[in-house]
Amino acid sequence: MKKFFARAYLILILLLLYAPLIFIAVSSFTESRVLGNWTGFSTKLYSNLFSGSMQGAAGSLMTAVYNTLIIALVASLVATLLGTLAAIGIFYSRSRAKNAVMFLNNIPMVNPDVITGVSLFLLFVFLGVTQGYVSVILAHITFCTPYVVLNVLPKLHQMNSNTYEAALDLGATPAQALRKVMVPQLLPGMLTGFILSFTMSLDDFAVTFFTRGTVGLETLSTYIYTDARKGGLTPELRPLMTIIFIVIFVLLLIFNIRQERAAKKKALLK
Amino acid sequence: MSKEGIIISLEHLSKWFGDKRVLDDVSLTIKKGEFVTILGPSGCGKTTTLRIIAGFETPDDGNVYIGGSLMNRVQPHKRPVNTVFQRYALFPHLNVFDNIAFGLKLKGVSRSEIETRVMRVLKMVGMTDYEWRNVDSLSGGQQQRVAIARAIVNQPEVLLLDEPLSALDHKMRKDMQIELKQMHKQLGITFVYVTHDQEEALTLSDTVVVMNEGVVQQIGSPTDIYNEPVNCFVADFIGESNIFNGTMIADRKVSFMGHEFECVDEGFGENVPVDVVVRPEDIYIMARTDRGQFHGVVSSCIFKGVHYEIIVNTPDGYELMIQDYNPFEAGMEVSMIIKPSDIQVMRKERITNTLEGEMIDQTHVELLGCGFECLPQEGLAAGNKVRVEVDFDKVELTDDKRDGTCEGDITFILYKADHWHLTVRAENGENIYVDTQDVWEDRDIVGINIRPEDMRITRAEESAA
Amino acid sequence: MNLRNVIGRRSSWSLPYAVFLLLFVALPLVLIMVYAFIDEGGRFTLGNLARFFGDADALSTFAVSIEIAIENTAICLLLGYPVAWILANKRYNRSGVTIIIFILPMWINALMRTLATADLFNMLGITLGKGTLLFGMVYDYLPFMIYPIYNVLRRMDPSYAEAAQDLGAKPSRVFANVTLPLSLPGIVSGVMMVFMPTVSTFAISEFLTNNKIKLFGTIIQENINSSMWNYGAALSFIMLIIIGISTLFGGRGEEESQVQGGLI
Repeated sequence: MKKFFARAYLILILLLLYAPLIFIAVSSFTESRVLGNWTGFSTKLYSNLFSGSMQGAAGSLMTAVYNTLIIALVASLVATLLGTLAAIGIFYSRSRAKNAVMFLNNIPMVNPDVITGVSLFLLFVFLGVTQGYVSVILAHITFCTPYVVLNVLPKLHQMNSNTYEAALDLGATPAQALRKVMVPQLLPGMLTGFILSFTMSLDDFAVTFFTRGTVGLETLSTYIYTDARKGGLTPELRPLMTIIFIVIFVLLLIFNIRQERAAKKKALLK
Repeated sequence: MSKEGIIISLEHLSKWFGDKRVLDDVSLTIKKGEFVTILGPSGCGKTTTLRIIAGFETPDDGNVYIGGSLMNRVQPHKRPVNTVFQRYALFPHLNVFDNIAFGLKLKGVSRSEIETRVMRVLKMVGMTDYEWRNVDSLSGGQQQRVAIARAIVNQPEVLLLDEPLSALDHKMRKDMQIELKQMHKQLGITFVYVTHDQEEALTLSDTVVVMNEGVVQQIGSPTDIYNEPVNCFVADFIGESNIFNGTMIADRKVSFMGHEFECVDEGFGENVPVDVVVRPEDIYIMARTDRGQFHGVVSSCIFKGVHYEIIVNTPDGYELMIQDYNPFEAGMEVSMIIKPSDIQVMRKERITNTLEGEMIDQTHVELLGCGFECLPQEGLAAGNKVRVEVDFDKVELTDDKRDGTCEGDITFILYKADHWHLTVRAENGENIYVDTQDVWEDRDIVGINIRPEDMRITRAEESAA
Repeated sequence: MNLRNVIGRRSSWSLPYAVFLLLFVALPLVLIMVYAFIDEGGRFTLGNLARFFGDADALSTFAVSIEIAIENTAICLLLGYPVAWILANKRYNRSGVTIIIFILPMWINALMRTLATADLFNMLGITLGKGTLLFGMVYDYLPFMIYPIYNVLRRMDPSYAEAAQDLGAKPSRVFANVTLPLSLPGIVSGVMMVFMPTVSTFAISEFLTNNKIKLFGTIIQENINSSMWNYGAALSFIMLIIIGISTLFGGRGEEESQVQGGLI
């Protein structure tokens, strides 16, 4: 009986959480220009999306998607590299240097997006940097890297730190020891950090909004914002969101199930 | 520097970690093919010494020579040594074969040769057929074998082993000791082995180096170290000992426990305070008889597998540990005999605490980094450097550190048959030595008090002024 | 000290990031403070801050933001704690993957989700206003509350609760006296992750209320966008102070439940 109530509660909350997503997914299969208006089943929006044959302003949707992906890819790659090196450095630092870096590292995670966005906007104004691709990518690296650091650090704690020395002892240069011994052991944390960075960058609106400048750079988020302010969303966003959701859903599920299996296997061996 | 047959030479090594001096003027030479064990309690500097040889640490002072060349600044991967780590440090993402082949691949050895060499060492450590196994799936003992194989496959001139057996259970440890000894013989290379287990050190080594608090205490063969310890620390650390305060009356005549004994030591002078060590198996015990040198009553007798461990109290208040093959019941009156050659006499390192201090005012002196009250000092002014002597039994310790003038922690405890001799490290890192009847525990934090009338204060000779 | 030694020491590998942090985290925050206290001519002034306290519009938006944030946080906690508790309880859920299903909506573009929610209300004929705003906010931030609490509960040693039971405590007492206090770091972390972002959201509140209710973030955005940088910076500075105060209260819990967090 208790179990029944527990289940029922979970399902209720899930319905609440997923209602808008299901709503988007369902309405992606109708042609109506207004969300929530069912005009019969159709896959026209999907074919429009893939053929790129969208009318007028909707054509720039694909450019926005492309920008979003490039920014997310570059920012999360740099964040993963920078964050991994930083985590190693932090792990082997004395406590004072460690605390200082960790303090700064926590700030972008604690700060709301608006503050991060405004502060970086002022920085780019102050430095006289033309805002566009570069400023947005730098801003995304700023809020992504802390999560890489936080995901790599536990892996360093788990790692037998003598393995690095063992590699040196067996004739590896520090660079070889990093590549052949440390990186493979830190990889799960780096991967988690990368995925986290990538999805956060994809999802970001506020920071991009403040740092994209006036050169007309649009990402998916800013595109939706502008679109909605003009009244009425581009209908092709519905299939696009549905696809993105399904891809992320499947990827994350696979990734987590694999991690869970690996953890269980390890626990069994011990 | 390249003397015949010497492979490693450490000269006056010192190393600080922050304010803490972990190595203090360590010198050591190791001959080619020797099995040397560095032995000591945790924190004595043995692992640091090994890491300096391997190149993971650089000495702050002194020189490291390997094979005759200066190695101070040479990086670990360029040294002709390989290390077996305490917790194995196998690469978890590589299988057994790839772990062992790691060093060879880096050196660019050909595939076929890698294969033969890996197979050869696997056979040597008794792990044939395990080459494709995941290292996580191996037992502790098997992982240790792989770790050894991974090191020796590179044919180093020196194999460094950092407490390699400490994570194994007792039985496995015994087996591995024998295998290591055989491996040493078979390979003919130098082994430098670090352990805190004195039994392991005595079993395995050609030479034992005993360390404490960053200082080499004694270097010698296992029998030398056991039979002729140079000080109380070594005597206490290696095997079981009865340690006494004694007086060398004259050559071949020493007094302790209120009795005079014949011994074999000479050249100490007359009426010199000494430390006396007698091993528990060197005290002959028998039912009460007039032929005994001294007498006592058995307080306990415990069977230890091969022998009995008997605790005997003497009428003068001394407590002795004796090992014998025969049981003696508690309460029984017994007599004891010690042969002259079984009495080991050692010069005392110190007979009283001598501390450097500075006058704060007429009635206060700074010692151990704290201000102590003292008797009014004529002719000494604030700022004068002084030397203060305090007898061991005049230092008082308090349970609550707040009750003491100064705070300290107990770093070493020595039982001396009728009292404890403690080493207490004060806040400023200086040691003060305390004789007490009370039982304290290692690492206890205590308060330190000294009564003003127990201090002997003299002006320190100022060399320059 | 030559370059090679510096690279060889692993503690120095965080240097690039340290420089990056100084440039992109520390300096921007300093700039907010600087801009908050100067006028357009670059002279020191307290006028920007004074303007906020005399600006009835901004003050009421601020009050509304705090009110909505408190309500949102409370609802998220009430709804989210049971979810976290059920998911972390081995009797109801053995898999570590189920939680992912609950936090997945976080990964979908927040604007898109919000617009869909608004349209859903429109379709159902519900007037957009404070009620729909709260609903949308809860919907947006619930995962942020569930996840840290779940993390703490999941890692909690069950022997605490068992010990309490063994000593004769009823299940309700076990929960009140053992489980709840021990999960406090997760609650603190969840509250931090919901409260501050709610105060400072922009765009979302307009979409959910048909521009009827503005939150504090919107005011900041409007000022920055209309080139009133100094006033915008002053408003951001006020936000920063609130963040600073709340981190002082809950800073430790935040770190503890996030480190080892794995995949959010």
